Amino acid sequence: HQVLRIKTRNEEEIKQLQLLESLEHLKLDFWINPSAPALPVDVRIPALSVQSVKAFLESQGIEYSILIEDLQDVLDKEKQDMAESAQRQRSSSFDFGAYHSLDEINQELDHLASEFSFVEKIQIGESYEKRPLYVLKFSTGGSKRPAIWLDAGIHSREWVTQASALWIANKIASDYGTDASITSLLDKMDLFLLPVANPDGFVYTHTSNRMWRKTRSKIPGSVCVGVDPNRNWDAGFGGPGASNRPCSDSYHGPSANSEVEVKSVVDFIKNHGNFKAFLTLHSYSQLLMYPYGYKCTRPDDYAELESLGRAAASSIRSLYGTTFQVGTICKTIYQASGGSIDWSYDNGIKYSFAFELRDTGRYGFLLPANQIIPAAKETWLGLKKIMEHVLNKST
Amino acid sequence: GAMELPPSHFPAARAAAVAVGYLRYLRGGPGRRLELRELRRARRQDIDDVGHKYYLELELEDVLDNDRTVSCTAEVLYHLGSKTSAPDVQVTVQGELRSTEEADKEFYNRIRSLEKELVAENIPDSHGNIPPELEPIHLLAWVASGYVIWQNSTENTKLHLAQVKHVKQVKRSDEDLQFDYVVLLHEMVSQEVLPWEVSVLWHPQRGARVRRCHGPGAAR
Repeated sequence: HQVLRIKTRNEEEIKQLQLLESLEHLKLDFWINPSAPALPVDVRIPALSVQSVKAFLESQGIEYSILIEDLQDVLDKEKQDMAESAQRQRSSSFDFGAYHSLDEINQELDHLASEFSFVEKIQIGESYEKRPLYVLKFSTGGSKRPAIWLDAGIHSREWVTQASALWIANKIASDYGTDASITSLLDKMDLFLLPVANPDGFVYTHTSNRMWRKTRSKIPGSVCVGVDPNRNWDAGFGGPGASNRPCSDSYHGPSANSEVEVKSVVDFIKNHGNFKAFLTLHSYSQLLMYPYGYKCTRPDDYAELESLGRAAASSIRSLYGTTFQVGTICKTIYQASGGSIDWSYDNGIKYSFAFELRDTGRYGFLLPANQIIPAAKETWLGLKKIMEHVLNKST
Repeated sequence: GAMELPPSHFPAARAAAVAVGYLRYLRGGPGRRLELRELRRARRQDIDDVGHKYYLELELEDVLDNDRTVSCTAEVLYHLGSKTSAPDVQVTVQGELRSTEEADKEFYNRIRSLEKELVAENIPDSHGNIPPELEPIHLLAWVASGYVIWQNSTENTKLHLAQVKHVKQVKRSDEDLQFDYVVLLHEMVSQEVLPWEVSVLWHPQRGARVRRCHGPGAAR
């Protein structure tokens, strides 16, 4: 269907249009009826009648223009617009201050990727139970720009971390272009965010055991299930601070990278080859730690990492007064081998930090949902501090 | 002599957790919530043929008294080589804690007047929620857990109450209230979360007494 706008010049032409109006077989739909010469006449014409109406107008010397070339197109687009807007409405009402299921989280990842052109959802592998490992890639261009890695939820019961990762993803995406720090960061570097590093464990905390920590892999020769994914990295693997008993919550697994959740990240980072920072979120205890965990000696970059850690902890504290202790893993908590930031550091990624978020034991893993956003906000300030430093040093 | 320890690091924090657990057992109740705000200072003394003794200066909060600060000193002695005996703990509270007489009486009367014995589970729930009427039960669980934590800690463990899995009131013919808890304790070094059964008596004047406790492979 087409919609024509007809410009009449005199009463004579008005009479002609009124004649046209009376021809019912044409099925004309006047949106503005012919009344006075000064006013335009808009009419919707069914496809079949378009040729004859135009022929008539031309033969009478009546001026017209095409207002809408194809009405169906317009209607289709409007329907699509409305659907997208409804989806945006639904999803922009994603409650970052609540705990969500894996499906809900994945839906929100899709929403972020569709809403922001520089956000892409990629799959870097599959969990033991074949769930996709989804990473959000934040990139405004370039080719394999220096990159920052951020993951959450490697220990599935640490629910504030997956929840905070979602808030942080939305924050970064929304504030690109308006926040100077985020904008200058993403103009030069890429960010890769894995919000649910252990999806099998996460689902298990929803369906069966809220206190589950490990992966859900079957261990040959044992009735017990799962490996501690943060004892499974190839950094002092099998050393002190990890258990060789399959039933233990800190079981290191049969070999380094035996867990597909760990191997997928290792392969991704190695293949990329240009990561400058590796940041990982845990809970609880309010700590900001850097290598090493597998040995109690200081890393070569101790001075810089300690100083940066303190600056980040200071930023965190500036918001609500929440204090994070800073130090190496070994000195701050305990010797623990096979950890992710030890691996990343020993593989050339200098800025490797592990955060332990709120609280210090009052609620522990069961942090009330009303603390998610405050935790995310303060943590984000710490992360930002580190990222700004990395940007300075890497570009 | 005693060696100064960084109060923010875990070795000192582990000893502090024992002291706080002990204090909660002694002074906590359904109307009193004591939180560790800060470990101010920690020293460790290695005593030949005896064990390791920690000297602590702690700042606590009496949360239900408007977060009022309470200063304490504590000594925690871990016996040499002993996995079977609880650490010796002494705690001195500076000043008086606010009286909880009214809240205690109210709680006592409320429970005594229940027709059916109270039963509850998952406190807090998965999302960290605690129904307000169960808060005193939760606080009492912290008291009972304080005992378990004190009795079962070593220099290399740090125990926290992760969740009350289950609680059942047991009506008694005497004047005590009895609650049988199954609590999940999180041990931060091994990362295990393990269930403990604790049966505790409570009375407004007599306070809390653990009558029985049983854990996985527990020696005590």
